[in-house]
Amino acid sequence: MAEFIVDKDGIKRYLVTITVNGIKYTKMVKANSLLVNFLREDLDLTGTKKACEQGDCGACTVLLDGKPVNSCMVLTISVDGREVTTVEGLASNGKLDILQEKFIEHSAPQCGYCAPGILMSAKALLMRNPNPTELEVREAIAGNLCRCTGYVHYVQAILDAAAANQERKDG
Amino acid sequence: MAKEFSYLNFNRNKEYSYIGKSLKRTDILDKVTGRGKFTADLKFSNMLYGKLIRSTEAHARIIKIDTSEAEKLPGVRAIITAKDVPSIKYGLSPARYDETIFCIDKVRYYGDKIGAICAVDEETLYKALKLIKVEYEVLPAVFTPAEAAKEGAPQIFEEYPGNINTEIHLEFGDVEKAKKEAYYIRTDRLQGQRTVHGFIEPHCSIAYWEGKRVTIHSAHQSAHYLQHHIARIFNMKEGDVRVILPYIGAGFGGKLDVSGLDVAAVALSKITGQPVKMFFDLEEVWYNGRARHGMDMKYTTGVTKEGKILFVESEIILDGGAYTGLGVASSYYAGALLTVLYDFDNYRFDAYRYVTNLPPCGAQRGHGQPHPRYAFESHLDHIAEDLGIDPIDIRLLNARRANTVTPNGYEVKAYYLKEANEMARDVSGWKEKKGKLPKGRGIGVGNGGFVTGAGYCMYRTDLPHSIAMIKVYDDGTHAVVYTNAVDIGQGSDTVLTQMAAQAMGYPYEDITICTRDTDLSTLDFGAYASRQTLMAGWAVKRAGEDVKRKILAQAAEMLKVKEDGGYRFGKLTPEELECEEGIVYVKQEPAVNITFAEVARAYFVKHGVLIGRGYYHPGKLGGTHKGAAVGTSPAYSSATQIAEVEVDMETGLTKVVGTWDVHDSGFVVNPQLLHGQVHGAFSMGIGETIWEKVIFDEKGRVLNGNFAEYRLPTALDMPYVESLVVDTFEPNGPWGVKEVGEGATTPTLGCVANAVYDAIGVRISELPLTPEKIWRALKEAEGAKEKGGK
Repeated sequence: MAEFIVDKDGIKRYLVTITVNGIKYTKMVKANSLLVNFLREDLDLTGTKKACEQGDCGACTVLLDGKPVNSCMVLTISVDGREVTTVEGLASNGKLDILQEKFIEHSAPQCGYCAPGILMSAKALLMRNPNPTELEVREAIAGNLCRCTGYVHYVQAILDAAAANQERKDG
Repeated sequence: MAKEFSYLNFNRNKEYSYIGKSLKRTDILDKVTGRGKFTADLKFSNMLYGKLIRSTEAHARIIKIDTSEAEKLPGVRAIITAKDVPSIKYGLSPARYDETIFCIDKVRYYGDKIGAICAVDEETLYKALKLIKVEYEVLPAVFTPAEAAKEGAPQIFEEYPGNINTEIHLEFGDVEKAKKEAYYIRTDRLQGQRTVHGFIEPHCSIAYWEGKRVTIHSAHQSAHYLQHHIARIFNMKEGDVRVILPYIGAGFGGKLDVSGLDVAAVALSKITGQPVKMFFDLEEVWYNGRARHGMDMKYTTGVTKEGKILFVESEIILDGGAYTGLGVASSYYAGALLTVLYDFDNYRFDAYRYVTNLPPCGAQRGHGQPHPRYAFESHLDHIAEDLGIDPIDIRLLNARRANTVTPNGYEVKAYYLKEANEMARDVSGWKEKKGKLPKGRGIGVGNGGFVTGAGYCMYRTDLPHSIAMIKVYDDGTHAVVYTNAVDIGQGSDTVLTQMAAQAMGYPYEDITICTRDTDLSTLDFGAYASRQTLMAGWAVKRAGEDVKRKILAQAAEMLKVKEDGGYRFGKLTPEELECEEGIVYVKQEPAVNITFAEVARAYFVKHGVLIGRGYYHPGKLGGTHKGAAVGTSPAYSSATQIAEVEVDMETGLTKVVGTWDVHDSGFVVNPQLLHGQVHGAFSMGIGETIWEKVIFDEKGRVLNGNFAEYRLPTALDMPYVESLVVDTFEPNGPWGVKEVGEGATTPTLGCVANAVYDAIGVRISELPLTPEKIWRALKEAEGAKEKGGK
């Protein structure tokens, strides 16, 4: 368990060190701090969206040690010492992730509120299964609700990204 | 008979530089990197957090509101109730202004707005909310139109006797006469359920004051209407209200009414002198309501032996919920557009919208249409079956044609529903499938369509419906399009930028669009009634052409035709020039050219500024009867959808396996975005047909105000979707455009319901078609068969 201090009202604040998008942050948080709020409020990483706040919609999906989680269902103190990747961490050195490129090509997002979550679910899928079937893609993003798109362009974009990854590897 | 002018196959050989192409969305980089800001992502220095104080009774007189304990809590900054704010009533139409910022004497639904509170952080806010005590005198409540209509039922509003909030009686032609001439008459009654929009971003609003002016950042579908309402409610000048809409996490009609958050944010920030952020959680979105009405629909239709419709008589009862808002328009829309879809002369439409003690209903994608379309398309299938006609054949026979006028006075220009039916039939394999699929598998068809923008503003005004301005940078290397068209995800920013590029003859990638800010940009009524592409499109096209006119006039003074071997000698006129993709050239001699940028710079030197202006007003449109303002439009889209389903005959579980949509949307500016609209419409329509329904308990509390128990379709539920268009040209649209976004939802409920009927052989007359209803219907049918057998 993380170290804590107690303020004069008796409220505990825990010292956590969390690596987010490769950067190590050390902060004091309350026991009820949720990862989604930690990212959005404490780190100003508002790319991670908040909607249902009970793990149903997937808008707040981030990667925790490479696995997709609903960050509204994760206590910040439970992430002490671990690694988080958010949508802001997908691009590196000014270069977009292949998923982002394909999302652009297919005009996958419409309103875009679910897009960061879907990107993170798709990223997790391609990391563990570089060559997924259409059904596997649909399963991977089944926890991310989208009302605008019927998921059609999202599924095409993710399959396309996987194919492009394979080509690069083969090439 | 003279050959009718056809708008069909009009665009086949046209090649434009920037329209008719799936160009990259203008907002896409913001949306895939997470850097795009939605309202909830914004933070202002010293910002407070606010919540509405909501009623915990469905119908009650407010005796006392005790906020004293909450006020003592450190961190609470202000608590306001009706006594602290203007008591002016608001709504859509003045005759039905029935809502106030906060409840004045009584609450009318569980979740009604009693007041608002703001505090330094969310945690304090929730603690304080628990300390507020409201004392009620509970009144008997009504939760259904049937209860509301009962004699002696509790009256929710004094001004709506019998709880009837809107009553419509319209007749066109002579229904009684047609009844005598009909070969066959059939009546069907079906019910559509109350749903929610299902956008993922809950409403949020932030307001702050600077002197006499207030600025509001809000998740809203219309900057102008929000500005108009706030100014009216707070007795301010519109010019003192600035509305900025950040990115919007979709709307579908649910971010168009005044939500209560906006007004509360304005009031609280005035009192505290600090920015106030008001927000809903997801369950509050359900309580805010303003979504699809539950409807009870009865249709009686008479046809000839061949299936030609002679008359339609319809009665629709709407569950309005507690207030009117846009609901009066929903009621008229429920009957207005059937005559556009099918060509018949005699039509009667009666409607009753009841107020009940539930969250108010309003507009949801396809405003007032999807349920009546579902009911009529089901009804039409039964008529076809009774007469032994194929469902598509009866639709082909009755489909309205181009260049006609409906019995209720709407002028229909380009309209190719018949061609859409034929194409959908052919691509879906209808002929091979209809009547030939195994039990448990079925195919169904549905027709629909929508207005392309409402013919009238929501309030009385003679203002243009859309204004656009294009400003070119002083060195001519960039241009900015200004219009307050609202991109809620449908892609209007992209489509309008494409149109600007085309009209100016200037590169798409060198144009940005400045929208959704009443201070910075120009008037547009916003995103509703599928109006942006046509209405803002006209304004942008005209602004672009204005820039081009100025550029060509300037270029005519600069370009010189070579005297040896040029196509002619002498001074050039602007008419001899063209501008495309940033190059101005002599039409007869394209080698003689100059860049747009050079000409623009010269224009600047001479005139100081290069701006193009354009605006659009639809003018006087068809329809003279009471309520004709709802449904009249410059252009009507049409669509045919076909769905194939698989029903598990043991469990009643339905899976949609294939869907086909053929749309008559006029000229398509961006095919990728158009298909995206169709995909989303199918998804919403499938959800509404099979799963979705808002459920209340006996106190009027929402039981499924979340995405676990209110089931939106997931990626695993979505079937194969094929989206196609009929190549048409709408003479009332810029470059021939029409709508797609809302019309695409209107056929879905009917086509999926018809496919389920085809699969199981039993009609379930109430949406949604849940496994339980299907299972029971199958058991009942089996029982009836066994009884009949004995």
